Amino acid sequence: MNERNERIHGVACTFRKVSDVFHAAEKVRDAGWKNWDVHTPFPIHGMDQAMGLPRSPVPRLTLLGGVTGFITGCLLTWYMNSYDYPLIVGGKPYWSVIFPFPVIYECTILFAAFGTFFGQFIFNRLPRHNHPLFDLPNFARVSDDTFMIVLEARDPQFHLDESRNFLQSLGGQEITVIRD
Amino acid sequence: MAHAHDSSSERPAILDKVRPAELPRSPLILNNRGFHWITDKVCGIVEEETPLWWKIMFGVALFVASFTFIGLSYLVSTGTGTWGLRSPVGWGWAIVNFVFWVGIGHAGTLISAILCLLRQKWRTSINRAAEAMTIFAVMCAGIFPLFHVGRVWFGWWLLPLPNQNGIWVQFRSPLEWDVFAVSTYFTVSTLFWYMGMIPDLGVIRDRATTWWRKAFYSLLAMGWRSGNRQWSNFEMAYLLLAGLSTPLVLSVHTIVSFDFAVSNVPGWHTTIFPPYFVAGAIFSGFAMVLTLMLPLRAIYRLHDVINQYHIDNMCKIILATGTMVGYAYATEFFIAAYSGNVYEKFAFVNRAFGQYWWAYWIMVSCNVITPQLFWFKKVRENHSLVWIICLFVNVGMWFERFVITCTSLANDYLPSSWGYYSPTIVDIFTFFGTFGFFSVLFLLFIRFLPLLPMAELKMVSPQADPHTH
Repeated sequence: MNERNERIHGVACTFRKVSDVFHAAEKVRDAGWKNWDVHTPFPIHGMDQAMGLPRSPVPRLTLLGGVTGFITGCLLTWYMNSYDYPLIVGGKPYWSVIFPFPVIYECTILFAAFGTFFGQFIFNRLPRHNHPLFDLPNFARVSDDTFMIVLEARDPQFHLDESRNFLQSLGGQEITVIRD
Repeated sequence: MAHAHDSSSERPAILDKVRPAELPRSPLILNNRGFHWITDKVCGIVEEETPLWWKIMFGVALFVASFTFIGLSYLVSTGTGTWGLRSPVGWGWAIVNFVFWVGIGHAGTLISAILCLLRQKWRTSINRAAEAMTIFAVMCAGIFPLFHVGRVWFGWWLLPLPNQNGIWVQFRSPLEWDVFAVSTYFTVSTLFWYMGMIPDLGVIRDRATTWWRKAFYSLLAMGWRSGNRQWSNFEMAYLLLAGLSTPLVLSVHTIVSFDFAVSNVPGWHTTIFPPYFVAGAIFSGFAMVLTLMLPLRAIYRLHDVINQYHIDNMCKIILATGTMVGYAYATEFFIAAYSGNVYEKFAFVNRAFGQYWWAYWIMVSCNVITPQLFWFKKVRENHSLVWIICLFVNVGMWFERFVITCTSLANDYLPSSWGYYSPTIVDIFTFFGTFGFFSVLFLLFIRFLPLLPMAELKMVSPQADPHTH
């Protein structure tokens, strides 16, 4: 059933209107595709559901960063002001969570932000400067005002002619084969 | 920004019977502009040949920035005695300028983070420029405390690093909290600004015609392909960064106010300082956003994307926060009178009628009285007047910090140790030059990076809704 050609990355087609690409995406999702994507100049409201995407995993790294930051802040202030060089200031305890709280708070936010920022890059597998899509002549228009659905060859359902016909039945224009 | 998918098929049946009225909303983008128009407009600013006004402004900005360079060179080669600081006023223009610039930065984060969480869609037209303003303002702010340490080559002692003295930084000091707050603020603001820009850098990359443009913007765009799988993570990360920046921006100016509030000086030792400083920061920052955006709007003819609705909203925020600041001034007086503390009472009477009375009344007239003009629609629609009022607000907020810092230190407890502070020419040079430094950075930003967030503007235009046909 699968005549997989290793040199083919997938097939692509374009849409001009948001509603068209939105409903086409719902049909691709219902047909059970796994390796495909919708390229749009801006995030379309509700497209995650239309594609059947799960919730983004980025918050996990945010939480991890935040917890790391909190512990780092506690350890940093405890080690410096109470363990390695303890100072008595106003007869107060060497370390408590109160006096260095601004420092711990800022460390928590800083590390959580790092987790979020790098999480976005990690889960999006970026930076990646070389991708077969960049060779498509009409791909440059996708960041402007065109919408594109790409069905990838590594999906078990992929069959060059059938996939092309499928895109045609969705109302896609400029159906193109993407070569690796 | 993860929204629930509102499907029209799940409409309650009652809605068909009662036919609720469609509430008209002010359009965010006028004249029904399409996606391609937005791309052309924003990329056009970066792609056009460098305009003459830009070259002239850049030259002027470099010249003005050289004043900071001269001031700092003289300071470092001679010593901090060249600033007007002496007992009893050990904090003068240095801390005034620091708080002034940090405060200006806060409106950028408010627009990009807090208004994002509140789903204020009008923020999209101004958030990129406001975030750039934040970062550049924090860079200007950082100059002052860094050089105020005296021997600037020991500036790294502020960081929790091992040094040859074998001692560590003291985490009980609000000044050390400031180091953490401001450096975290700068880092997170930069990450937020850059991440939001990646899709737009991809647009400029895709339109690039020369190889160096292609290389430069490809590098910055990180290979962004604008697939929805990428957008999904991007949107989540953006929302989370907005959620992290919101408590951050509130904490930063709170900690800046702790520099004063934690001490025992009359006029400083008050619990009202954190909210009062945050309101003042937002107030001055919005004034600065309008000061920058009104000329840019005129130069680049951005009237369709930054329209009267945006300007109205910003004027109303200035009015609201200006009134809050005025309320804080009044509360300070009331608490001083009510406290029964003679030093506290004296500090406030002295602010208004003592040796710095002129600074106090400049502050009140610029910060409390001028913004009241924004009650009038006619004033909000007269953009030259709006611009002038914003300049007044900027001046007033600088004087607020001057009044707080200098009046309290110059006349505190013992009259025998009172004094009068005035800046030297070195102070004036250093501060004047920071406006040039700020302008140099902002002009480079206008020329090389997308001034408006294209993806977000497209997202708020009516044709972006998948349920319209």
